[in-house]
Amino acid sequence: MDIETVKTTDVATAKTVRISGSEAIIKCMIAEGVETLYGYPGGAIMPVYDELYKYRDQIHHVLTRHEQGAAHAAQGYARISGKVGVALATSGPGATNLITGIADAQIDSTPLVCITGQVASHLLGSDAFQETDIVGISTPVTKWNVQITKAADIPEVMAKAFYIAKSGRPGPVLVDITKDAQFEEFDFSYKKCTSVRSYKASCKPNIEAIQKAANLINGAKKPMIVWGQGVILGKAEAELKAVIEKAGIPSAWTILGASAIPTEHPLNIGMVGMHGNYAPNMLTNECDVLIAIGMRFDDRVTGNLSTYAKQAKVIHFEIDPAEIDKNVKTDVAVLGDSKLSLAELLPFLNETSHNEWHQKFKDLYAIEFEKVIKDDLHPTKEGLTMGEVINQINVQSKGDAAIVSDVGQHQMIACRYAKFNKTKSNITSGGLGTMGFGLPAAIGAKMAAPERDVVVIIGDGGFQMNIQELGTIFQQKVPVKIVVLNNEFLGMVRQWQQLFFDKRYASTEMTNPDFVTIAKGYYIAAKKITKREELAGAIEEMMTHEGAYFLEVCVEKEDNVFPMIPTGASVSDIRLS
Amino acid sequence: MESNQNTYTISIYTENNIGLLNRISAIFQRRHINIESLNTSISEIEDVSRFTIVVKLEEDRIKKIVGQIEKQVEVIKAYYHTDEETIYQESCMFKLKSDLLFEEREIQNIIKESNARIVTVNKEFFVLEKSGKRNEIEQLYRDFSVYGIMQFVRSGRIAVTKEEMKISQMLTAFN
Ligand SMILES: Cc1ncc(C[n+]2csc(CCOP(=O)(O)OP(=O)(O)O)c2C)c(N)n1
Repeated sequence: MDIETVKTTDVATAKTVRISGSEAIIKCMIAEGVETLYGYPGGAIMPVYDELYKYRDQIHHVLTRHEQGAAHAAQGYARISGKVGVALATSGPGATNLITGIADAQIDSTPLVCITGQVASHLLGSDAFQETDIVGISTPVTKWNVQITKAADIPEVMAKAFYIAKSGRPGPVLVDITKDAQFEEFDFSYKKCTSVRSYKASCKPNIEAIQKAANLINGAKKPMIVWGQGVILGKAEAELKAVIEKAGIPSAWTILGASAIPTEHPLNIGMVGMHGNYAPNMLTNECDVLIAIGMRFDDRVTGNLSTYAKQAKVIHFEIDPAEIDKNVKTDVAVLGDSKLSLAELLPFLNETSHNEWHQKFKDLYAIEFEKVIKDDLHPTKEGLTMGEVINQINVQSKGDAAIVSDVGQHQMIACRYAKFNKTKSNITSGGLGTMGFGLPAAIGAKMAAPERDVVVIIGDGGFQMNIQELGTIFQQKVPVKIVVLNNEFLGMVRQWQQLFFDKRYASTEMTNPDFVTIAKGYYIAAKKITKREELAGAIEEMMTHEGAYFLEVCVEKEDNVFPMIPTGASVSDIRLS
Repeated sequence: MESNQNTYTISIYTENNIGLLNRISAIFQRRHINIESLNTSISEIEDVSRFTIVVKLEEDRIKKIVGQIEKQVEVIKAYYHTDEETIYQESCMFKLKSDLLFEEREIQNIIKESNARIVTVNKEFFVLEKSGKRNEIEQLYRDFSVYGIMQFVRSGRIAVTKEEMKISQMLTAFN
């Protein structure tokens, strides 16, 4: 490690003390403000666990039931708090079990620091017990990773790890540390990292680009905004709201942008993408200026790129230069932090209302309401719909709950229909689409924001992917509300089989266990309902229950999620049925 | 598609850290891009390494690749250039039977005309080194093939640009 390449500032622990590498790891975390971390012990990380025992009054370690659970819990923690999530694992299988969570954090830009134990340095490369090349394995799914073999390197590496994880476009960092480095003693002092010479976290917005963008927006007849998680990560919600309101621009969001602007805001026109709303998808191919803010034109958002917003001038506000022109060619790129860029943009904008243009969104919404939303939220047929469950949660929580979701039909329904009054309220696995994310992520979210109601929506498939985390919920007494929408199918895959594979339901039907008994086995209050009459009461009981609560709702087996843009189709080919 | 491809030399200035080659090569691997040649060495700046990578690609793709490379935390700066914008060389070595050097007049002519350099000679074999453009090296290879080549090796391309790269200024700005 090369000291000159890192700029640092002094923090509390500037005086040196002689301690072990593992104690140093803990001290670094405390200096970085870590209060809670998630992990699972094992041989190669035991010295660190031993120190954790000593520091248990200052730093709370949560024993999950699987390292994947630890990584997802750390993600949930990070997503709702905006802080760095921390996960800890032993070498070999412990480390590899973190990988799915790390990959998920990488694609969803979630700040994580993962610390893994490693075999002693003299054994490296010898296929020693529980040795894996975790640095090699994690390289393509980390923002940065490194192996430490000398205790003296720990403070600088840890400082750099936290700085890189949270700055610029956030992401996961993995620090692998050999067992001998954990035991070794050295003179410890800690300085926070404030910059790294080869790494530019962000840049100041270019004023010319901002003026160009403002001119385009001011001249537009049919402007449309699509914002993404960059707004939330950049804490730019107020700036975005000011821009939207001043320029009167109908604004849609990507799945990870959800909740940055309240659902009820009159200029919030809904979600874009594969299962997004009809109006914003249709009108993407009619707007004259498309303003993308902190989003990356993911293929689930754009559909077929060759027909996406071809008529529009595109303005892209983005912190990561590598995203510019990656998928969609821009006319104006404004690089930098969304909070700064939008604040700079605001004074250049004319006050406008675009009433006629906005009316078009309302008209298309009315069509979607009639054809899809009405039956989802207020069904008249017998079976329960996923939509009415979400609707009932909205009613009971008044839109103040944080909604965590897993992956599948229920996720799309939750993101489409959940009402959000507050930002950072939608926690889901967007880019990787990781089944099993929901339950552990909800643990992290609730622990980071104990004052908030946290409701996790999961399918019967995804629930069984990390069902063991019920144990963590019980042991830690995390009062999360767990709703499993049971359709006895891997519903989203079944939907595709129905629509595109001649209803050949290959391996998507699920024979499920008695979930309520399982939840009760973990000493979690639990209930199962099958009828509409029971719904409101059950949700109310769940929301007012003191501790954790498990609610299984048996929903219609073969409902589908619409609207839908089939893969490879144009966004304006969106289907309503 | 093939027709829009051009040969580009990518120059990457990096921290001298373990594992970076892995990160950079993964960027090409993920996109199914074949690396024509790759060279790593120190650079004109202390503690800063330089990668020189040659690929054949369309211009819009090379731009994106360089963007992804620059995004890596330990990469200080990455550039791409066409052949016209660089001065480039490859180097190669031939191991040939010593008899040839003494008995085949033509061999001596080839060595002279090609500006190849004799590195070593002993009873069994002699070794030639030649630096130059790919086609010069290939010509030499063809010429010697007739007589039998005991061993042949060629390096990756190394290149400097005709224009200045403003990397040193960037680094002094950091300090
Ligand atoms: C780890 C993982 N494996 C497979 C998939 C593919 N997949 C996407 S949605 C889905 C079905 C989810 O079923 P369920 O959890 O029951 O939710 P539902 O769609 O029925 O709401 C599957 C298998 C995935 N996203 N993640």
